[in-house]
Amino acid sequence: MMETLHRYGPDLLTGFGLTLLSWALGTLLGLVLGFVIEIARRFGHNLLGYPIRAYVEFIRGTPFLVQLFVLYYGGPLIGLRLDALPAGILGLTIYGSAYFTEILRAGFDAVPLGQIEAARAIGFRNTTIVSRIMVPVMMVSALPSLVNFAIILTKETVILSMITVPEIMFQTQTMMSETFAFVTPILILALFFWGFVETISRFGRRLERRFTHYLLDRS
Amino acid sequence: MFSFQTILDNFPVLLSSARYTLLISVLGCFEGLVLGAVICAGALSSKLWLRRIAALYVSFFRGVPLLIQLLAAYYLLPVIGINVPALVAAVLTVGLCAAAYLSEVLRGSLNAIPKGQAEAAAAIGMAPRDVWVRILLPQALKIGLPAIVNELILLVKASSLVTVVGIVEITRMSQSIAAATYRPLEIYLAAAFIYLAINLVIAQAGRVLERRLTV
Repeated sequence: MMETLHRYGPDLLTGFGLTLLSWALGTLLGLVLGFVIEIARRFGHNLLGYPIRAYVEFIRGTPFLVQLFVLYYGGPLIGLRLDALPAGILGLTIYGSAYFTEILRAGFDAVPLGQIEAARAIGFRNTTIVSRIMVPVMMVSALPSLVNFAIILTKETVILSMITVPEIMFQTQTMMSETFAFVTPILILALFFWGFVETISRFGRRLERRFTHYLLDRS
Repeated sequence: MFSFQTILDNFPVLLSSARYTLLISVLGCFEGLVLGAVICAGALSSKLWLRRIAALYVSFFRGVPLLIQLLAAYYLLPVIGINVPALVAAVLTVGLCAAAYLSEVLRGSLNAIPKGQAEAAAAIGMAPRDVWVRILLPQALKIGLPAIVNELILLVKASSLVTVVGIVEITRMSQSIAAATYRPLEIYLAAAFIYLAINLVIAQAGRVLERRLTV
């Protein structure tokens, strides 16, 4: 057991690093892309609504695994040649953006119109209205869903192993096929993800308290 | 060059593999609903140990990626002496996972039913099980319908992961066709659109059911 750990420890650690990296980048870039899409839908030309709707429906209606296959194996046919890791992160970004944009839409819809009109009346620019009024107010209602989806994304990162991204799942599978030990590694992997997810949800609750602090204090 | 001919040639085979996708999703959903109702009952029980078990179950199955659960079931069951076909293991695992999510859905919608109803039913002498089966569950199913339909759509997409245990559903089939024809882009896009079509039909059926259903 110790020998196995010694032999595979470094690989597992780099695998863990890649899992964290692809999750963090995928979530962050997905959030940014989702935000851009939502702003485009809200402030852009009306015709933008249709392609955005088709995009969201397509991404939400198809399995992440199939999207990855299209991107990684199908991409080269249209000149999009990516290594496994960038393809995986791009896949997570695209997948996340469709869900994030819907969460942000619901969040922005919940911002009272009067507040936006008031800001406009005292001469705020659109960018200021978004950054100073809409985003902080939206965060209160949307944050739980955003955290929830970030958690879902942690679990989607294991699917990257199927396009040969050497993250933790991939490394564990390599180890299993070389040592013929199946039960312990996979149970450890399960426990590891359980802990990972619980940690993020704790952190998410802390974040929620920070954003809703002002609601609680003035009673 | 994008070749529609490849899609046309392989579409029938791809479509016929959709029956496994549907089979796994539908069976998984039923298993998830039944087991989810049981776990939900546990979560709302007055006994502390039942609540603990239900909470642990939900936390585990929602906290561990389905891909890992599938591999665990596939490799673990034979070790403890249970030899089942891959399809059974897959349906079982997908259902266990769905049960965790569905029990939370049910718990949410049960909370929306006025307390007086259960009390009234108990007052006219219904047994606790009757209150549960005839009063609470039917209403919870109706209130939770949008979330349940949502869960079913997630299940259809999750079924793509059972490729790892070797069941030839849409994704696995498209893998082999892509490998044989060297046209991954066309084949995987075709697979994506089959999933999309299935999910749009489910979503629409859910909306119709929502309007029709009166409990």
